[in-house]
Amino acid sequence: MSTELSFNRRDWGTQPPYLHAEYKSTARRGPTRPLVPIVSSLSEVTGPVYGHESVGELDSDLTKNGAKDGEPLGERIIVTGRVLDEDGRPVPNTLIEIWQANAAGRYIHVVDQHDAPIDPNFFGGGRCLTDADGAYRFYTVRPGAYPWGNHFNAWRPNHIHLSLFGPAFATRLVTQMYFPGDPLLDLDPIYQGTPEAARGSLVARFDIETTEPEFALGYVFDIVLRGRGATPMEG
Amino acid sequence: MALKQTPSQTVGPYFAYGLTPEQYGYPLKSIAGAEMRGPDTEGEAVRIEGQVLDGEGACVNDAMIELWQADAHGRYAHPADPRSSNAGFAGFGRCGTGTDPENRFVFETVKPGAIADGHAPHINVIVFMRGLLTHAYTRIYFADEAERNAADPVLSAVPAERRDTLIAARTEDSGQAVYRFDIHMQGENETVFFDV
Repeated sequence: MSTELSFNRRDWGTQPPYLHAEYKSTARRGPTRPLVPIVSSLSEVTGPVYGHESVGELDSDLTKNGAKDGEPLGERIIVTGRVLDEDGRPVPNTLIEIWQANAAGRYIHVVDQHDAPIDPNFFGGGRCLTDADGAYRFYTVRPGAYPWGNHFNAWRPNHIHLSLFGPAFATRLVTQMYFPGDPLLDLDPIYQGTPEAARGSLVARFDIETTEPEFALGYVFDIVLRGRGATPMEG
Repeated sequence: MALKQTPSQTVGPYFAYGLTPEQYGYPLKSIAGAEMRGPDTEGEAVRIEGQVLDGEGACVNDAMIELWQADAHGRYAHPADPRSSNAGFAGFGRCGTGTDPENRFVFETVKPGAIADGHAPHINVIVFMRGLLTHAYTRIYFADEAERNAADPVLSAVPAERRDTLIAARTEDSGQAVYRFDIHMQGENETVFFDV
């Protein structure tokens, strides 16, 4: 089945490598041999399609979707932005899934043993679809920092995990959004494992225009997925 | 190009309640799971199972595997595939390795058809886990397709001595076809990963 469609390859000038010594678990988990270039086919330019039926009413509001008998604790925030491709075209109707720690730095996940309180009114997972302009918006609380076992006194900076599909299997992206001015960024081997020129694009921008008076601080985080390639492909 | 790709970051150890919540017992509906086949899905019912092994041969219990495949006629449920696909078969599955007693991923699906003449049937795979800053792409081919595998353009581009890492062995379990596909992140049998 031939098609003219293709996508640019991963840009290793912005994408982190598989092996990064300071992030210790890469040493046994990251592939060591060169990647084999693939001749693009329908297998790479197609991908799962999710529509409005996959997103529930409260899925994009993490301050409500886990609430049992009150509001979650912490600083209420808005996380919004646009999903674009490398040519600046909006990526419409694409699913964004997020997950994060609560305001105290605790995940609801059973293997998180950090001695910080679980918030009975906060779950920490959500999703939404981008609109026709590629825009998305979540309401949540600012996640706390938490310790991890990478090295002595290691702490992850405040962050939100985001997972995106884009138009194809080739455009799949899982990333993390960080907060401006976080002193832990300089010490975090995951953030620092990213090429220096690209790191800053993982940090959201505080935006007073997005901030809702008397309600929530606004952060803007735009996401760029792989763009359409120019090279015709085989098969 | 005007803009730079947003860097990937690891899924970390706590992806399950965001990405595979139902499988792990969290109160959020999953968008996709390991049961990719419905009662009306056309094609041969097959199970795809395997483990993810690290550089020391240890089984990884916090990986997430995604599968993307064509239907039994080789058609993708996506607008870029002009042929209409099998109704009700999305072709996308997700499974974490943290709930099976042997830390396997186990998908129930159908064997895909070839996407075109000259191609061998295959399933596209993405591996995510703590310790992977960027996800890894691989493909599952089927051991009982030797003739079509030999002609496949992607498999042919893989050094001959490494092709076996992409081929799932076929067995049976109570009449159900089972393909075993272990993913070796490193080591002598390191699975071939693609620059997709």
